[in-house]
Formats: sequence, structure tokens, C-alpha cells
Amino acid sequence: MNKNPDIESKLTKDKEVVINIEHLKKTFGSYEILKDINLQVYRGETLIILGKSGSGKSVTLQCIVGLMIPDSGKVTVLNEDVPNLTDYELQDLRKKIGFIFQSGALYDSMSVKENLEFPLIRHEKLTPDEVEHRIREVLTDVGLEESLDKMPSELSGGMRKRIGLARTLILKPEIMLYDEPSTGLDPATSREISNLILKMQDKFKVSSVVVTHDINCAKLTADRIVVLKDGVFTAEGSFDELEKSNDDFVTGFFK
Amino acid sequence: MDQVLIKYITNFLLTVYGLYNFAVRYFKEVFKPPYEFKEMFKQFFEIGYKSLGLVSITGFIIGFVLALQAIPMLTKFGALSLIPTMISISIIREIGPVITGLICAGKIGSGIGAELGSMKVSEQIDAMEVSATNPFKFLVVTRITATSLMIPILIIYADTIALIGGFIALNIVNGESLQLYFTTIFSALTFADVVPATIKTIFFGYAIGLVGSYQGYNASRGTESVGIAANISVVYSSLLVIIIDMIAVQLTTILF
Repeated sequence: MNKNPDIESKLTKDKEVVINIEHLKKTFGSYEILKDINLQVYRGETLIILGKSGSGKSVTLQCIVGLMIPDSGKVTVLNEDVPNLTDYELQDLRKKIGFIFQSGALYDSMSVKENLEFPLIRHEKLTPDEVEHRIREVLTDVGLEESLDKMPSELSGGMRKRIGLARTLILKPEIMLYDEPSTGLDPATSREISNLILKMQDKFKVSSVVVTHDINCAKLTADRIVVLKDGVFTAEGSFDELEKSNDDFVTGFFK
Repeated sequence: MDQVLIKYITNFLLTVYGLYNFAVRYFKEVFKPPYEFKEMFKQFFEIGYKSLGLVSITGFIIGFVLALQAIPMLTKFGALSLIPTMISISIIREIGPVITGLICAGKIGSGIGAELGSMKVSEQIDAMEVSATNPFKFLVVTRITATSLMIPILIIYADTIALIGGFIALNIVNGESLQLYFTTIFSALTFADVVPATIKTIFFGYAIGLVGSYQGYNASRGTESVGIAANISVVYSSLLVIIIDMIAVQLTTILF
């Protein structure tokens, strides 16, 4: 189910690993949420993580970006050993990673324009005209040019997620992490967000990890899917392969 | 019952330890670039300018009521002329800073606690962190600096308004002249009245900003935690204002 022949050929040719997780373990109190996570994400591919609520999908993403420190195991992103980076090294790495939160996580006290320029003016030396140009460019990419001066409270759920995506893309990251991008949206808006992920994937050629239960989103965007169950990845394959799996737990997502 | 008490004491000690770490981290980060001047001035405006109305009304009523209460009592002793001195010393040294400090703990402390708490709950603080911006520097350092600088100014302003309130009460009841009133006040006040009382207000501001930021920044994930953060911010920062005042008064007594 590789939807993009360019990505497919690249994957088979060089298979450069951008995210490498080995024997990742994470516990909360006495509850071991991630038992033994092993995962490689290759440059340019879109990997979907499927799993039930509370199975540790978001925790995996947070370990990748350094928001959570694993109890043990190795997390390497763009050849950097995430748990052992200093604050400054971690900040440098995070400039290359975009993270889309479930809620959009727009800064409520700032307008859309201020939300978008927030990362830009901190990490790149640009003239005000260049900042304005970049803001308009990403807003056009997500189809919300008219929302420039609106406050987050004036936006719908889908619009907030699009602006969240724009705020992340404005720094032109190499890796995108999506935490439930279509949760809480109606099917039509959900499809719009999935199409947007696909469009951005084609335009920016980023490597993406998408955590979702939305099987339509997975069908549309996935190069590869892994299934998380009881703290380990129990299945891996393309959409078509997993759809035909003999494992009831796996096929349960496709019904 | 013992278990509940142990849990309560443990939580209290953990909060004290957390506050200590937060306070140390503030001093480590406040002088390090990049400096968030834009956010800092925004907080000066939010914390300082937007509290002026409340502080003005409170200050005026304190001075006015203090004078009205003192007039009949001191008239009996023929000591009416001492009222400006009494009002000025009690307002500048104690009543002005403490009452305004408590008012600010309520308004500003709860505001910071609720704002940062809701940012935590809605993942805005995490979003800031993953966009390679230090949220502690942007949100906490700016707010604590703003409260440390703005609350002393608000208290000096409230003291001034309270003295004016006292004059108006005296003028209405006794026909006191403005010149005589303020001449008496300025000749009564000494260095030991004004300077230590002003220095302690910086600590009031610091404590209010610190507690509000700490509670909001460390709020747990549920929406209920926003209310808890705001509530605990008010309780702890009010308590700290009183404790700092007690220590400051003791030190002033020893040193001056």
C-alpha cells in the first residue's frame, strides 16, 4: 500500500534510518506501559502507529521528542541519543522535529499570526518581510489565508489542527510526529486533515510518525503500519497486509 | 487518619522542595540570554496596569477608614494633630504593603496559576518545549520578574492613594489643610519607615509570582487541576506574604 512510488524506491534503495528505538521501556508507578519497543523509521516514509487508547502510543512519541525520559532503552533521532542530550542539544534537535498535538495546542493568548511567528523569530534570522512571507506561505499550504488575525478561540477544531500543522511546518522540519491528528473531528474534516498530511508529505518530503485510531487516516497516509499491544509492537506491515492479518486484535482496527 | 496526615505532610514537603527548586532555577535562568523582553513588557502591563483599579480602591478605603476610625478616639485625648503621623506610619510600614500584597496574591497569584495551569492542561507548554523554546524562560521567568518589579510599584502607589484617602477623611471631618497634612507626614516618616517596608514588597512580589507560576506549571492533566492550581496559588502566596512580613518586621526591629 505504498502510495508514493518515489518514497518506495528511496526506501528500498538507501533506507536511511531517522528514528531508531531499541528495547524502550517506560513505567508509570507500577504500571509498565511500554515493555519492549523496537522501531525504525526511514527517511521519507510515513509510519502509522495503531493501538487502543492508553496503550502508550503518545508516550512513544513523547519519548522520541524528549518530552519523556524512558526508564531504559535507546532512542536515537537523526543520529542523536535523545535521553542523553543536554538541554541545548535537545533544543537544536527539536528544531528539526515537528510535533502535532491532539488538541492543536495553539497559544490561546496569541493570534494566529503570533502563533506562527513564535517559532520562526526565535530560530531564524529573517527580516519582517521574510517572516510575513513565510507565514502567508504556510497559511496558503493549509488553506487558511483568511485566518491570519484571528484568535484561536475563533477557530473550529479542524482549523486549530491546520494552524497547529502550519506552525510546525514553518520551521521546515525533517521529521513530523502527529498525535491523533483526526481525533474529535467529523469524518469530512478528518479526511481533510489526512489529505493535508499527505499533501505536506509530498511537498516537504518529511519522515512522519502518525499515532491514530482513525483507519481512514491510516489508509490514506501510511507507507507502513505497526500495531501496539500490551507494551510491544505485535504486528507490522502495509495497510493491505495488516488488513488481511489472521490476528483478531489487528483486524479489529480495520472493521 | 494517620495515613491522611502523613500524605498531607508529604505533599506539603514536596511542594516546599518543588518551590525551592523553582526559585533556584529562576535565578539560574533570569540572566541567561535570550531575553524575552516583549513578553516581559506584556506581563508588566497585565500585572501592573490591569491591577491599578483594584489597588486604587483598596488603598483609598484603607486610608479613609483608618482616619475615620482614629478621629473620634484621638479627639478624646486631644491628639487630633497626631492623626497624619499615625496614619502615615501605619500605612507605609505595615497596612499598605500587607493588604495590597494580599490583594495582589488573590488577583495576580490566582491569574498566573490559572493561566499556566490551563496552558499545561491544553499541552501549550509541551508545544512550546517541542518547538525548541524554553517555556520556563518564556512563561515563568517573565512572570516572576514582572511581579517582583510591579508589585512594589503597586504597593507604593496604593500607599500614596491611602494617604490621600486619609487626608480626605480628615479634611471632611476636621477641615485639615493639604499642606499641613503632608508636611506632618513627611516630617514624621524616617528612613527606617520607608526603605525596609519597600524592600519587603519586592519579596512579596517574588513570592506571589513564584507560587502562581509553580502551581500552574506543575498542574496535572485534568481540567480540575486548573482550579486547584489557582486556589492553592492564592492560599500559599497569601501565607508567604504574611510570613515574609513577619520576618521583615523582625529584621527591621533588629537592624534599625
